[in-house]
Amino acid sequence: MRRSTSRRDRGSDRPRRSRNPSDRLFRGATLGFALAILGLALLVAWQLFIHSKLSREQFGWSFLWTQTWDPVAGQFGALPFIYGTLVTSVLALVIAVPLGLGTALFLAELAPPRLSQWLAFMVELLAAIPSVIYGLVGIFIVVPWVRVHLEPALSGTLGFLPLFRGAPYGVGFLTAGLILAVMVVPFITSVSREVLLAVPRVQREAALALGATRWEMLRMAVLPYARSGIAGSILLALARALGETMAVTMVIGNKPQIAASLFEPGYTMPAVLANEFTEATDDLYLHALIEIGLVLFVVTVLINGIARLMLMRLAVPAGPVKR
Amino acid sequence: MRARPYALRKATNAVALGLTGAAAALTLGILFAILAYIAANGASALNWDFFTKLPAPVGETGGGLANAIVGTLKLLLLASAIGIPVGFLGGVYLAEFGHGRTGFVVRYASDVLNGVPSIVIGIVAYTLIVLPMKQFSSLAGGVALGIIMIPTVVRSTEELLKLVPSNVREAALALGVNEWKTVLFVVIPTALRGVLAGVLLSLARVAGETAPLLFTALSNRYWSHGWLEPTASLPVMVYTYAIAPYDDWHRQAWAGALVLITMVLGVNILARLGVSRRASAS
Amino acid sequence: MHLLPDLKKALPARASLAPTPEEAPEAMRTEALSAWFGPHQVLHEISLRFPARQVTALIGPSGCGKTTYIRCLNRMHEVVPSARVGGKVLLGGEDIYAPKVDPVLVRRRIGMVFQKPNPFPAMSIYGNVAAGLRLTGLAKGRSLDEIVERSLRQAALWDEVKDRLHQPGTDLSGGQQQRLCIARTLAVEPEVLLFDEPCSALDPVATEKIEQLLFELKKRYTIVIVTHNMQQAARVSDLTGFLLMGDLVEFGRTESLFTTPKDPRTEAYITGRFG
Repeated sequence: MRRSTSRRDRGSDRPRRSRNPSDRLFRGATLGFALAILGLALLVAWQLFIHSKLSREQFGWSFLWTQTWDPVAGQFGALPFIYGTLVTSVLALVIAVPLGLGTALFLAELAPPRLSQWLAFMVELLAAIPSVIYGLVGIFIVVPWVRVHLEPALSGTLGFLPLFRGAPYGVGFLTAGLILAVMVVPFITSVSREVLLAVPRVQREAALALGATRWEMLRMAVLPYARSGIAGSILLALARALGETMAVTMVIGNKPQIAASLFEPGYTMPAVLANEFTEATDDLYLHALIEIGLVLFVVTVLINGIARLMLMRLAVPAGPVKR
Repeated sequence: MRARPYALRKATNAVALGLTGAAAALTLGILFAILAYIAANGASALNWDFFTKLPAPVGETGGGLANAIVGTLKLLLLASAIGIPVGFLGGVYLAEFGHGRTGFVVRYASDVLNGVPSIVIGIVAYTLIVLPMKQFSSLAGGVALGIIMIPTVVRSTEELLKLVPSNVREAALALGVNEWKTVLFVVIPTALRGVLAGVLLSLARVAGETAPLLFTALSNRYWSHGWLEPTASLPVMVYTYAIAPYDDWHRQAWAGALVLITMVLGVNILARLGVSRRASAS
Repeated sequence: MHLLPDLKKALPARASLAPTPEEAPEAMRTEALSAWFGPHQVLHEISLRFPARQVTALIGPSGCGKTTYIRCLNRMHEVVPSARVGGKVLLGGEDIYAPKVDPVLVRRRIGMVFQKPNPFPAMSIYGNVAAGLRLTGLAKGRSLDEIVERSLRQAALWDEVKDRLHQPGTDLSGGQQQRLCIARTLAVEPEVLLFDEPCSALDPVATEKIEQLLFELKKRYTIVIVTHNMQQAARVSDLTGFLLMGDLVEFGRTESLFTTPKDPRTEAYITGRFG
């Protein structure tokens, strides 16, 4: 700065806005709606908090790690639901991450751009299919297939692991995990594809110029660069799997138990809400269910919050948006 | 680094790339399998009664889901009345004025809301509306769906308005046009097709929502009058019928699924075509 | 590359029957105008006088601040986040930056044509020209058709578009789009016209049309044009200012600035030694 000429500085770091009354009114109105969205997010948290009061006061933190769920005796512990939610979600990711990432790599790196766009759109259609339809297909097609083919095959080959022992019911953790996997694949694929496409060309060319094969180029240059974005997409998928309700409710068997075998029926947090909410006859029961909703809320908000931060740095839109 | 033979490296390359192709084929194969199952099972169960009749009494066969179709349309109407204005104007704020801290916080809140499981939104609609009014109602269901719509409308509106080049805004401002008229009559019309497509997509999304309706709109085997009675809806009926023990109900569940998925995918494809045609025209 | 001989040849082509720049009454003036982006000062106390119904050109290498300067003249600089302005801009003796002045009203009096043609994509040719009047509420009780026709004629576009007024403005060629933008600006009847490198996105034929248009327009309007094309400045302007790194190096009648520059930096620039 050679000369300081701040005799009459005007404005600040923000763009100067018109002070015309109609402009201020318009800005104020849109600001009002924007703040309403903020208010709504806070309202959701507040409602869950106050309407779980009885349960929180009665059981404290033990709500999260006790197993008894007995509405008649007024005894509520959410551990079986938390367990079921975690097992199905982790299983879903174990299947969906390689599948989704492989698809994303194919779409971003191998398919010609126009074809890639159309295929990416079709993958997103998977996310547009309503959850209840996944449940319907689950009940009538996946469950029988798992009972007759998949579970006997797994216990025959991997039966030495406790995970794959027991009677083939068809309904249970395994089927729920399979269906969840298909439901979250589009989240991993479409976000990872955007992230991969955003990797600068120089990164690729540097690797190729060193004599790398295409796969080596992906492993050496592209994947490390896209790592945090891919991790973000996986977290988004996880949050989605944790909160998924209908499809899981329809195929998991709805039995509150903690079982080592994936063949066993189980229960998840969203599923117990779907099944028991209208049956909650007394306030404590209702508050216990709402506390499960609160736990679900806190967990998904945390995971989503982290995922958005990871993706924000890359300026990649976090789609497809949840329906 | 130990030098690996070139033949091995080439083989690894081929196998790894082949696996990504296989993953893509599997993912798309699953999509087509699902669509094929629904089309096959649903088409044989669809008939005129499905669209015009009430559900048959338990134990009898036949009947339809006319009340559920109307119920879904009513719920979508109410959801639009809440979700579109709030989401659209909130999105306008974020795109046009949301550069500062307020914008950041609101954007983040909207993203958080987007990540909240829909069944949790159902709980909130229950505590806000069903509990005080002591009855399940279309109102509660519509509010739940409306809340779920908001973040998706916000995001698509914001993104599409931001695609309008700043020189279009500047041209209007330089003519001495007020800021609000610039936004309303110049910027928004430029992005209108895309914004409408975004709104349609968010409607398609909530049209298939089941979980938040289970304990807000509940269900109803008869017509629902006004906004304060429980109402049937297509997704909830598909759920109810799918888990029931009657074959005739299963048949109707498939028919319902076919109608639902035709609506949802139809809107998705239309919106996609509409937006891409505009993109290639300009 | 030595441009001086070429420039000298270009000069006599300019009609000089108009009053000399020094005699013309003042339309607009800046006093110690400074501008910032965030902490970065991009203009340093520039004072200039723009005579009425004359063309004043501002030249200089890219990044010299000429675009920022012209955007300060109708308060467009401030619409960019973190932008600030200091000093005065006097239009007819009144400071357009005085606290009570509404920038919206300033911009109606001082029109602007941008570097890249920017017709409103959602509007027809007719709609584009009428937009300023409609959106500022000036259309009431006036014949829009007449104003649109007159503006398009003034912008030398009428004959090319009169049969397709209701087609989208974005269907026109680049040069036509720029003249459409000029017509759109003329329709609100400003007093001053600002041109921010109006030809930089156009081919030579379209450029020549715009330059001819400037001769016509200066009969009625005070014109300020920013250009990085020195021949263009020499061809169209009566007065020229040379800006370098946010400072006004030299200002004077176009002929004298290009033939006998007083400052060695000006001479270096117009003879092509940098920029």
